[in-house]
Amino acid sequence: MSTEEYLKDITEIKDMMNKSSRFFSLSGLSGIMAGIYALIGAAIAYYLVSISGRDYLILDGKIFNYILLDLVLVALLSIVTAIILSTQKAKKNNETLWNGTSRRLLTAFLIPLITGGIYIMIKIYSNHYGLTGSLMLIFYGLALVNASKYTIGNVKYLGYIEIVLGLICAIYPGYGFWFWVLGFGVMHIIYGSLIYFKHDR
Amino acid sequence: MKNIIHNINKAFDHRIRLGIMSILVVNEFADFKMLKELLGATDGNLASHTKALEKEEYILVEKSFIGRKPNTRYSVTKKGREAFKKHVEAIEKLLKQ
Repeated sequence: MSTEEYLKDITEIKDMMNKSSRFFSLSGLSGIMAGIYALIGAAIAYYLVSISGRDYLILDGKIFNYILLDLVLVALLSIVTAIILSTQKAKKNNETLWNGTSRRLLTAFLIPLITGGIYIMIKIYSNHYGLTGSLMLIFYGLALVNASKYTIGNVKYLGYIEIVLGLICAIYPGYGFWFWVLGFGVMHIIYGSLIYFKHDR
Repeated sequence: MKNIIHNINKAFDHRIRLGIMSILVVNEFADFKMLKELLGATDGNLASHTKALEKEEYILVEKSFIGRKPNTRYSVTKKGREAFKKHVEAIEKLLKQ
């Protein structure tokens, strides 16, 4: 066999290892959209708090429920968008959306995320909600780092950034809102664009 | 040089077989459908290659039922993993020359 053929073999080996263990159809565009939803959601929350006449949030007010709803809507919209756009990308890549790799990706992603979600809810209902922003960033970052083994490897750097933001946020909990905007809004748009330009087209 | 050639494994001298081994060394197991989709092979073609690798004791074949549907899943054996590693190292050495 010639050198060229051996090179082809090595490429084939690498390609098969990657394809069979990582889900590459994660849509970058959905990351950008998630960032935009987060910014809009944050703007609505900011507005709600500012018309309440206080510049902080109390737990048992009507405003708090609206903000919770706002947050749930942002999360829901982001998830739905991610599913739709990743389905399209998968189709383009001749891949199915629901296969071994996407299942593993989702499991790896959801375990830290759901743990964090439940933990945050427990803290909120025992009136410790001052660190919610920080905790969301940290657990989301851990979820990304964990999931990055099963998708585009670069995702782990976004995870690291979220974790660091969450830790800094823990030092300045008063600025939780702005760290949240930075982590979930701005970073998603930046990272989504990176993935979009590198892998989507 | 002789040594390197010796390590180039004839059993992996085909794109489909190389693909099967590549998939199995990074996955705990893979079923027939998954291999077929990834490698773009026909049923008969894939079956003959898995059989060849099974005969060499490089892969393990487990047949079971999911509900009523028969399911065949494959995993790499220790012997297969070592042979594949040697094969890849031999190719890399050849390319470095």
